[in-house]
Amino acid sequence: MKITDDSPPVLTALDRPNSYIGRAVPRPNLKRLTQGRGQYVSDVTLPRMAHVAYVRSPHAHAAVKSIKKTAAEKAPGVIAVVTGAELAKVMTPWVGVLTHLKGLKSAPQAPIAVERACWQGEAVCAVVARTRAHAEDACELVEVAYEELPAVVDPETALDGKTPVIHSSLGDNLCFERKLDVGKVDEAFASSDAVVETTFVTGRHTGVTNEPRSIVADWNEGEQRLTVYQGTQAPHMMQDLFAKHLGLRHAQVRVLTKDVGGSFGIKVHTYADEMATVALSKLLKRPVKFVADRIESFVTDIHARDHRIKAKIGVRKDGTITAFEIDDLTGIGPYSVYPRTSGIEANQVVNLVGGPYTTPNYRAQARVVFTNKNVMCQYRAVGHPVAVAVTEGLVELAAAKIGMDPLELRRRNLIADDAYPTQSAAGLKFEKLSHHEALAHLDSMMNYAGLRAEQKKLRDQGIYRGIGFASFIEVTNPSAAFYGVGGARITSQDGATVKLDAQGNISVHSGVTEQGQGAEAVLAQVAASAFGVPIERVRVITGDTDNTPYGGGTWASRAAGIGGEAAWQAGKALRANVLAVAGAMLQAKPETLDIRRGVVVDAATGAERLPLEELARVAYFRPDTLPSGVQAELMATRHYVPRGWPFAFTNGIQASYLEVDVDTGFVKLLKHWCVEDCGTIINPQLVDEQIRGGIVQGIGAALFEQCLYDERGQMLNGNMADYLVPMAAEMPDIECGHCVSPTADSELGAKGAGEAGTAGAPACVMNAINDALRPLGAAPLTDMPFMPGKILAALGKV
Amino acid sequence: MSGTALDISLTVNGERIAERVDARTTLVDFLRESLALTGSHVGCEHGVCGACIVRVNGEIVRGCLMLAAQCDGAKVETIEGLSDAGEITDLQTAFEQRNALQCGFCTPGMVLTAQDLLQRNGAPTREEIREHISGNYCRCTGYQAIVDAVESVAQTRAGAKK
Repeated sequence: MKITDDSPPVLTALDRPNSYIGRAVPRPNLKRLTQGRGQYVSDVTLPRMAHVAYVRSPHAHAAVKSIKKTAAEKAPGVIAVVTGAELAKVMTPWVGVLTHLKGLKSAPQAPIAVERACWQGEAVCAVVARTRAHAEDACELVEVAYEELPAVVDPETALDGKTPVIHSSLGDNLCFERKLDVGKVDEAFASSDAVVETTFVTGRHTGVTNEPRSIVADWNEGEQRLTVYQGTQAPHMMQDLFAKHLGLRHAQVRVLTKDVGGSFGIKVHTYADEMATVALSKLLKRPVKFVADRIESFVTDIHARDHRIKAKIGVRKDGTITAFEIDDLTGIGPYSVYPRTSGIEANQVVNLVGGPYTTPNYRAQARVVFTNKNVMCQYRAVGHPVAVAVTEGLVELAAAKIGMDPLELRRRNLIADDAYPTQSAAGLKFEKLSHHEALAHLDSMMNYAGLRAEQKKLRDQGIYRGIGFASFIEVTNPSAAFYGVGGARITSQDGATVKLDAQGNISVHSGVTEQGQGAEAVLAQVAASAFGVPIERVRVITGDTDNTPYGGGTWASRAAGIGGEAAWQAGKALRANVLAVAGAMLQAKPETLDIRRGVVVDAATGAERLPLEELARVAYFRPDTLPSGVQAELMATRHYVPRGWPFAFTNGIQASYLEVDVDTGFVKLLKHWCVEDCGTIINPQLVDEQIRGGIVQGIGAALFEQCLYDERGQMLNGNMADYLVPMAAEMPDIECGHCVSPTADSELGAKGAGEAGTAGAPACVMNAINDALRPLGAAPLTDMPFMPGKILAALGKV
Repeated sequence: MSGTALDISLTVNGERIAERVDARTTLVDFLRESLALTGSHVGCEHGVCGACIVRVNGEIVRGCLMLAAQCDGAKVETIEGLSDAGEITDLQTAFEQRNALQCGFCTPGMVLTAQDLLQRNGAPTREEIREHISGNYCRCTGYQAIVDAVESVAQTRAGAKK
């Protein structure tokens, strides 16, 4: 059992005695999961609970002329059959726009379609029954008369005059457009020795969380209070949205998130069927449960990354990159998803292309158009995999064109490690990155020269191996600049409450959530270190809007960097409070004392003075023995939001080594490497496993995953037999390395690590495939995913 | 539509169970809904993801591809029973130490599949481990930590036998 940990220790304010910062501490909450004793929402059962199934539109675009409910209402076990028009009386519609994405527009969306369905899979009627099976049976008996309408399926023609407009009130099918022109792009291309121009396509794919989206909504008519058990990344955001659209106060809504069977950005959005489930509970005055089945997941979980990017790079003979230019087109379905919008992904592509490099010349256009397919929105590493594929694909094509080693070309263009603070051509502000250190680390870690020699030798034997790279930057620790400034009620701050119990143990209540990434472990490590107890004496509580400070939850790699800092500050504050009491009890100055391993000690000598158990006993049960005027405050809350920088950018570089079977087109992944800089590493094992899991998700995008639609807007492969995901046998071992550039915006200095793997992997695999096929004269492959058929076509074999 | 109901008798984790089930009820739905054994998970309901794997008469099966009615007279074991019996404690500990799970949804099925491999082949290679668990979908880990954990248990068990 090998745990890679090559991260150098960082000695700062974090260097407390018995610190857990930087240690591979196992997560405290795993035993219940390995024993099958977790509690996922799909496991939740409540008294009087009913189950809902939805009748979904079989058409991509259709008017709903009539709905006959009678037969369904008479079916065994049925409690209610509810249409969109009926549910609209319970819950108000929503519109997914943000004011800082200027011009972004969308149409009102209802929990259940009213009069018109805009994608295949949109719910048009709900059937609530005693069991899910009864509800599904009765769905078959609901008679819906549809009038099929023309479907807009091709983003390329969505803006043409003769293409029907999906929402006539919007005037056209354009959701959002952004243009950027920085530096002297035309002059730069004109002065280049070589210009490479190509079109990249990133296939529409989706998150395929192992546990489908699940929700149990319980409106208690007696309490006038709604309790929602939901597998979500953002309980407070959902509390706000349920309250807003049901006309309730926050105090009337509690969102509980226990174990979540995978999220990856899929579970941070407003889903019409989940909103409908909540509205149905209010309507029927009883708990209602909805768990998406796998087919429903494929046609309703947000899709992502459906982009076509025309792209261009200029380069001089000495390897200097002169300019980047892109024209991005993306079709996001019929609605911009609420409340984060579906404009962010393309906006990120514009922001991130060229981001690691010094070239000041950059022109970009992005158009986001409506289509009659399932909606697209933010999925792990939002926009990054697309931008990195474009940038790094161009970089390696340019290197090949001028005959320069691809790592050498990067060395000549990556922003220098001593150039910070600085910003990119697109205006992204970088506090401190380490591109060159990361590249050098990767070079030696993978024995690049040795691999090149092996590759050359094998080519002579007719074995075609490829080496591909991807440098990248990654948005983490977002400030209010991401959503708050655009009017979305999505908080970027987060809070932590640390409380001493009457046995001298602590609990940490945090607004971030556990999705399996290890947030609870990180919070426990941080609080234990800041306060001074063994980690076994820390209990972490997350995912409950009644019992945690207001917070944003888990998204954009924010839990450790933002939630962790809040826990650090709260832990320190509680330590100060406890030492004030200890000082009174011991007649010592608090600043001469410390808490170590759960004992108040003399700070200078480490001599034990008072166990926390004894302090807690006195403070809670014999406060009368404390000097007058001493009131023990044994609970402390602190909040944190990044203020110094809009985002804490991280950076890194990945490499892929693979072999292409030129007879079958199959790609065998041999090895993958990643060197990443997420600032202070709180738990090296958890960081590495985030990187590995993220890389495999990115590999899925490069080789297997695509939501295929026909010309009528029908999804063709909405099941796990036809939509391929990475499985164990095809995946490589992945070696991780680290650089450490802490952010000075927080004392912890931690940046996010959750998305870097996914950001870089697709580009890296693409570049390796092209490197393998280059000596065979194959046209570069730029259309993901790279199924065997595409590879054989590039080789001219089919 | 719901149709014929059948009476079945079986043992689940050593407990004798007699229940009436719809003919169409899958084994995993029966375990989760009738017996409240929620450790076996429902991920895809068409036999691809492996989250519902349980042991029937000593063989691992997908609980979504077997009907409860087919289990009349069978001996069914789930993650809950195997955990309490202590049969897989070393695998569970290795998964926890190596962080071979993140969200944990695939873990019960993954652990049962790994145990199946180790019972058949005491010294599997990494490739054999990968092959054996290749019907168990994990979206979180990227699989390497799982392979590491299973490999380490195989080595420990082999060492203990020597």
